[in-house]
Amino acid sequence: MSATIEALANREYKYGFVTDIESDVAPRGLNEDIVRLISHKKNEPEWLLEWRLKAFRHWLTMEEPEWANVKYPKIDYQDIVYYSAPKPKEKKASLDEVDPELLDTFNKLGIPLNEQKMLANVAVDAIFDSVSVATTFRAKLAEAGVIFCSFSEAVHEYPELVKKYLGSVVPYTDNYFAALNSAVFSDGSFCFIPKGVKSPMELSSYFRINNPDSGQFERTLIVAEDDSYVSYLEGCTAPKFDKNQLHAAVVELVTLDNAEIKYSTVQNWYAGDEEGKGGIYNFVTKRGACRGKNSKISWTQVETGSAITWKYPSCILQGDNSIGEFYSVALTNHHQQADTGTKMIHIGKNTKSRIISKGISAGVSNNSYRGLVKVLPKAEGARNYSQCDSLLIGAKCSASTFPYLEIGNNTAKIEHEASTSKISEDQIFYFNQRGISTEDAVSMIINGFCKEVFRELPMEFAVEATKLLGLKLEGSVG
Amino acid sequence: MVQTAKEKEMNQFLAAFAEVESKRDAAPAWRKHLRANAIAQFERLGFPTTRNEEWKYTNVSPILKPEFRLPAARARAIANVDSFTYPESRHSQLVFVNGNYAPEFSDTSGIPAGVTVTNFREADQKLVSSYFATQAGYDNNAFAALNTAFADDGAIILIPRGKIIEAPIHLLFVTENNVISHPRVLLVAEEGAIATVIESYVSLGDEDVYFTNAVTEVITKQDANITHYRLQGESPKAFHIATTAVQQESKSIYASYAIAIGGVIARHDLNVKLEGEHIESTIDGLYVATGKQHIDNHTTMDHAYPHCNSFQLYKGILDDKARAVFNGKVFVREGAVLTDAKQLNKNLLLSSDAHVDTKPQLEIYADDVKCSHGATVGQLEEDELFYLRSRGLKPETARSLLTYGFAEDIISKIKVESVRKQLDEVVLNKLHQEIG
Repeated sequence: MSATIEALANREYKYGFVTDIESDVAPRGLNEDIVRLISHKKNEPEWLLEWRLKAFRHWLTMEEPEWANVKYPKIDYQDIVYYSAPKPKEKKASLDEVDPELLDTFNKLGIPLNEQKMLANVAVDAIFDSVSVATTFRAKLAEAGVIFCSFSEAVHEYPELVKKYLGSVVPYTDNYFAALNSAVFSDGSFCFIPKGVKSPMELSSYFRINNPDSGQFERTLIVAEDDSYVSYLEGCTAPKFDKNQLHAAVVELVTLDNAEIKYSTVQNWYAGDEEGKGGIYNFVTKRGACRGKNSKISWTQVETGSAITWKYPSCILQGDNSIGEFYSVALTNHHQQADTGTKMIHIGKNTKSRIISKGISAGVSNNSYRGLVKVLPKAEGARNYSQCDSLLIGAKCSASTFPYLEIGNNTAKIEHEASTSKISEDQIFYFNQRGISTEDAVSMIINGFCKEVFRELPMEFAVEATKLLGLKLEGSVG
Repeated sequence: MVQTAKEKEMNQFLAAFAEVESKRDAAPAWRKHLRANAIAQFERLGFPTTRNEEWKYTNVSPILKPEFRLPAARARAIANVDSFTYPESRHSQLVFVNGNYAPEFSDTSGIPAGVTVTNFREADQKLVSSYFATQAGYDNNAFAALNTAFADDGAIILIPRGKIIEAPIHLLFVTENNVISHPRVLLVAEEGAIATVIESYVSLGDEDVYFTNAVTEVITKQDANITHYRLQGESPKAFHIATTAVQQESKSIYASYAIAIGGVIARHDLNVKLEGEHIESTIDGLYVATGKQHIDNHTTMDHAYPHCNSFQLYKGILDDKARAVFNGKVFVREGAVLTDAKQLNKNLLLSSDAHVDTKPQLEIYADDVKCSHGATVGQLEEDELFYLRSRGLKPETARSLLTYGFAEDIISKIKVESVRKQLDEVVLNKLHQEIG
């Protein structure tokens, strides 16, 4: 190919996105036209397109960060399809058509039959119709005044709210992946709890009515007004198979005076096979701002999936007496890598934060905790307690702890503790001599190890998470 | 623009090196070769910026602003250095002024025959060349590279197999105003040797501005036992950057107590490599910073073999607008099973303008290990103050006593009495505390 032809072929399409508008899938690659196309397809208002474009232009000036303790081949951002319209999937007639391995997993996790059908995309009977369930929930929420809908819906129905809070916690300039997400985000959840309202139920992205496949660039925004409370569940314990390599989501939380958000995640994306082939890169920016007095944000995460997990759910404690919490269990097996932790930024007076992180590494995996506790000079009376424990299973895995403590006020009281250990022969022996098999013993010890985090999870989730860990470690012990 | 300023500073160092090197005698050839290598590395590395993770919290540019002179001769006649010496090591001390040996103040009459305690120039060159720059690498450390390129003289201590030296050996480094000096220490304890070494850095005046860029290398062979006190008492306006690189062989014991009191910007990197089984390593530290002092401590404890124990306790007291940095790394490499590694960093903030950045890190690649680390930052406990006051102590006395107690954790471990007493006094004076 001659140079001129090549130049012509590589030239950005000058005449807008007209040719592609009829198709449901955008061409591979990323340029301003793709950003315009996404915005156009979603029928977005001008201001949002402008915001996306600003984010995209900023992204172009940034470099991919390399500081994390993870290794992966370079991502080709021009080889990703950034928009494809959600296609209705063909419903399967019965569970018999579902991959038996998947069903086996469901059973081990103890997922009820009807839920199994939903997850496996099997048509469910009238009583447990997903749509009707969701509709009932929606009615109940609407009665309480809670807004819970997809992000695209929110952009059209509550533009003022979206405009006010979008990017206010994670600006598009924040980091490489947040900028990318801001430019091309597909969809996500929007949740607004008005003044004085305690959400009548736990919100779950799993029950959100539209478009369960919100794709690889998800965006979540939760705002809790004064004196409100909400508990939000993201993800589910069932394995999620997805061909997409890169997932760069953004989650923003805002709490005003006396409000509380409890955000729980169970992440079980495809982790790649035993040789470390395939799997998802989960590069997520999650941050909450405790803007109001006495407000509280609590992150609980159980990270068991993804080939690489790279995320730091953080709290900016602006309001006086505000509280940030982070409870995490990160499990890596085979060739998985995790570099996860939190940031607690103390700005207001008498702010408190608590970090409990439990890392479990098995196989040849690599599990790192990285966290920052920063106390600004004016944050009188700040209090932080961090505990990061690692459990190593097998001689080929690794566990690292990288806490950063930046303390600029002498009234702060900051404590960080970390330990690393393995399951000892003595512990196993103790179980064995009481007639409990080694496999069960390990599972029990691990549950004991993670107990402080699991008890922060909503009940059904905690039960499933417990089983999930056992499942993930199957065969790696003994 | 910043880049070019940095380049300018670097070029000054390069030019100074060319000039010094032209005046140096050719011998010994191995040193010349090393110097050329080191300056090339320095040229490649340049001075670190805060973008470098290892220098994230310490900005070195203030060090590069003043034009220091390389010490050709002593600027003023120094009458005596008695106030900096310790009675226990009266006959086992080496004194260096601006990095150069000062025989008139040194006394090695207490050193038994067969033990090497001397300066590089007078030492057996074979001995120096077989250990020099074997531990303190400069591929990734611009200041160590600079020291390796510029250092002329230095102290060498070699305790032969099985020798036990009762008296502590004191190495005293005095730096004069406006000088940049590159002190160098080489300490080798052969199989089963036992000794105590005091390495201290002082100034002649509290107003003196100078830059000490030191490198110390320590090797403890099998069954050797070395206790190492490092007392950094530079002038409050001086700059002090130092690297101590330690290699321990199997069954050896090494204990380091690094006390940092002086310097407006002071940094000490202590890197310990455990190259054998059944090693015991203790690295403790105390830093006391007031005014606008910035004291930075970096430590690395590298476990590569099974059955080794390491303990680390660094404590810091900060007042006024002082800043402190602690960065401790513990590596447990694959196969280093049955490792027991502990690390703790505690900071006491006495003023609302004090600031501390601490980063204790664990990197573990073996499963059967016991490792823990911790860090705390806070002020004096109200409960403890109340307890003392309820016993009739004045608030100021109660505070002083608790602050003193905090530092005493480290100071009380020092076994040389006069050093311990001196430190007690220095720390209390510095913090304007009195125990009535």
